[in-house]
Amino acid sequence: MPLPSRIVLSMGQHIGAPAAPAVAKGDQVFVGTVVGKAGGFVSSDIHSGVSGTVDGITTITAPNGAVQTAVVIIPDGKQTVDPAITPPAVTDLKSFQDAVRASGLVGLGGAGFPTAVKLSPKNLDEIDVLLINGAECEPYITSDNRCFLEDTQYILDGIQAVMKYLEIPKCIIGIEGNKPEAIAKMRSVASAGIEVKELPCRYPQGAEKVLIENCTGREVPFPGLPSDVGVVVMNVTSVAFVGKYLATGMPLTTKRLTVDGDVIKEPKNVEVVIGTPVQELMDFCGGFTEEPGKVLYGGPMMGNCIADLSQPILKNNNAVLAFSKKMAQQPKATNCIHCGRCTNACPLGLSAKEIVQAYNDGNVELLIELNADLCMSCGTCSFVCPAKRPLAPSIALAKIMMKNGGKK
Amino acid sequence: MDNKLIVTAAPHITSADSTQKIMGRVCLALCPTLIASVIIFGFNALILTAVTVAACVFFEWAYCKLMKREIPVADLSAVVTGLLLAFNMPAALPWWMAVVGAFIAIVIIKQLFGGLGYNFANPAIVGRIALAVGFGAKMSAFPLPETVDALASATPLAVSGNLGAGEYVTLLLGNHGGVLGETCAITILIGGCYLIATKVISPVIPVTYLATVAVLSVCFGMDPVVQLLSGGLMLGAFFMATDYVTSPTTDKGKLVAGIFLGVVTMLIRRFGNMNEGVSFAILLMNLITPYIEVNTRQDKLGIAKKKKEGAK
Repeated sequence: MPLPSRIVLSMGQHIGAPAAPAVAKGDQVFVGTVVGKAGGFVSSDIHSGVSGTVDGITTITAPNGAVQTAVVIIPDGKQTVDPAITPPAVTDLKSFQDAVRASGLVGLGGAGFPTAVKLSPKNLDEIDVLLINGAECEPYITSDNRCFLEDTQYILDGIQAVMKYLEIPKCIIGIEGNKPEAIAKMRSVASAGIEVKELPCRYPQGAEKVLIENCTGREVPFPGLPSDVGVVVMNVTSVAFVGKYLATGMPLTTKRLTVDGDVIKEPKNVEVVIGTPVQELMDFCGGFTEEPGKVLYGGPMMGNCIADLSQPILKNNNAVLAFSKKMAQQPKATNCIHCGRCTNACPLGLSAKEIVQAYNDGNVELLIELNADLCMSCGTCSFVCPAKRPLAPSIALAKIMMKNGGKK
Repeated sequence: MDNKLIVTAAPHITSADSTQKIMGRVCLALCPTLIASVIIFGFNALILTAVTVAACVFFEWAYCKLMKREIPVADLSAVVTGLLLAFNMPAALPWWMAVVGAFIAIVIIKQLFGGLGYNFANPAIVGRIALAVGFGAKMSAFPLPETVDALASATPLAVSGNLGAGEYVTLLLGNHGGVLGETCAITILIGGCYLIATKVISPVIPVTYLATVAVLSVCFGMDPVVQLLSGGLMLGAFFMATDYVTSPTTDKGKLVAGIFLGVVTMLIRRFGNMNEGVSFAILLMNLITPYIEVNTRQDKLGIAKKKKEGAK
C-alpha cells in the first residue's frame, strides 16, 4: 500500500515495560532508525518504518484503556534506509540473541511477547523441540497462510538459525488442515529434523498450550511455561522475520495483516508499515460498504475493539476486522440452561458456568478450586453458549477478583 | 464525534444456536411420538396434549406477567415441558387434572425456583409424580388392551389382536396399554437419534441408562428386551433424563447419572410395588446432580498431571 500520511508509533507494542522515546521533535529519521529504546529486559526497541521527520511525542489511549507515549513521524516519501542497517554478525548463541533483541521482534502471533526473552530460556539444555505455530489463531485471519506461501525460504532460514544456535534437534511446524497449499509447500522444502504436522482445523488450535499438547502430547504444567516441557513455541511470522532479519538486518517495521469483515469493500492481506493509522489502511482496502459498527484489532474471538480509526497499527496486530452495526450487536443474554456446552468446549477443561457462578457469589475459594486463573480468554465458552451469556468477560473479571483476593 | 464505534469485550461473534432453537428441536423430536400416540390412543391424545401444552404456556406467561418478569414463553421451554408432561398421562385423564399437573410443573417446580435453569428437578417428572400420587386411580387407569381395541375401532387404523408382554414387535410399535408418549419405542428412538445427531443431547445418559437396565435385568432373571421397551424407560432415557438443567454436564457425570438411573429403576421394578420406577429414578438423579457435578469435573490441561505427581 502507499505510504501513510503519518505514522504513530506506540511505545507499548509488546508485553513488558514500555520503550522510551529516543528521538525528539524535528529529528530526522530513516527506515529502520530506533525511535524507542527498550525499557528493560522484558521489553523491545521500536523502529521507524519510514524516512521522515519526527512531528512530536504524544500520548494515545490503547484499546485496553492504557495511556501510552507515542512518536509521530511524517514521512518524506523517499524511504531512505538508515545507514546503520547491515546484516547482523551472528556466530554463536549470545550474538544470535542480541541480534533478535536488536531487531525489535515480538511474538507476532498476537501476544507480543519479546522474542529475545523467549529465546533465552533458563533451561536451554532441556529444550528439545522448536514448535512453529502456523495454526492461524482465529477465524477470518489468513495472514499466517500468506506467510507460508510468500516467505517460505525465510521461514526455513529462521527455523534453521533457531535450531542451530539454541541447539534444538527437532522442529515441528503445526498447520491447520484447511491450508493444504501451505502444508504442501512446507513439506516440499522441509530439511532434516523438521516435521510438518497437519492439525485439525478447530479453534483455538493456535493457543500455545493446546498446540503443544496436540503436536507433542506434552501438557504444560500450570503455572508454567512451554520451556518446562522442553518446548519453545514461535509463530510462523516471527520465525520468518528472524530469517529475514539475519539476511538483511532490517528491523521490524512492517507487518502483514488481514483486513476483513462484512463491511470491508475489498478484504485482503496487506503488508503495512507499523504505525499506520487504521483509517488509511481502511481507505486502501476500498473503504466501508456501510458505516461500521465495530472495528477490531485481531480476530473476532479475542480481538480488542478500537474506539476510533485514528489508532495506529501495532507490531502484534495480525488483522483488522470491521463489522456492520448489525453484526456488532451483542445478542441478549438469557437464563443459563446448564447445557454444559461451555464446559465441554473449553480447550483447557475449565467449567465456565461454575466459574461465573462463583464469581457472582464472590466465592474466591471456589474460583481457586476451579483454577479460574488458568483461563486464557479464548472466548470459546461465550461463542458456544446458546443462552448468549457473556461467559468469557465474566471469567476475565473473576481472574481479577482472584488476584485482588476477593474484591470485584 | 459522528463516527461512533461500539466497544465491547471479546468474543465478538457467537454461534447460531440458541435456547429457542434447541427447544424447538426437542419439540420436533417429540412429534413422531405425538403422532404415534394419536394413532394408538385416538384423537383424545391430541386434545389432551394440546390442553397440557396450552396450560403450561399460559401458566408461564401468567406467572411472569404477575411477577412483572420478562415473558420467556418464546424460548419454547414451556412447550417442551407441556409435551413431556402430556406424554406421561393416560389418554383418558380428565383435562382439569392435566391443568393441575401443568400448574405444578410450571409454577411450583419451575417458576417459584427462578424459572428456566433454576429448577432443581425436571418439571414434567414432578408433575407426573404429583399427579400419580394425587390422582392414583386415574393416572394408572391405562387404556388396557380392550380399551385400545375399543379406541382402535373408533380410529381407521386396525390394531392387531392379542397384546402379550412378550411380543417385542407390539412393544416396539406401542399399540399396548400405557401413557401417551411411552408406548411407542420406535418413535422415541427416532426422536432420540435426531437429538443426538443434531447434538442437542449427548448419547452418554441414554446409552448408559439403557445398558445398565439391560445388564441388571439379566442379573435379576428378567427379560431385558421387555424391560427396555416397556414403561417409561425409553421416553425417560432420551427426553427426561437428558434435561440440561437437572442432569450433569460432563461426560463423566453423565456416565455416573446413567448408571445411577439404571440401578434405581431396576431396584424399583424388581423390589418395589409401584410402576413409577423411571420417574422416581429420574427425580432422585435430579436431586443428586449437584453432587455428581462437583465430583466429576473434567481434567484441566496442565493441572491434573501436577496433582498426580504431587500424590506420588
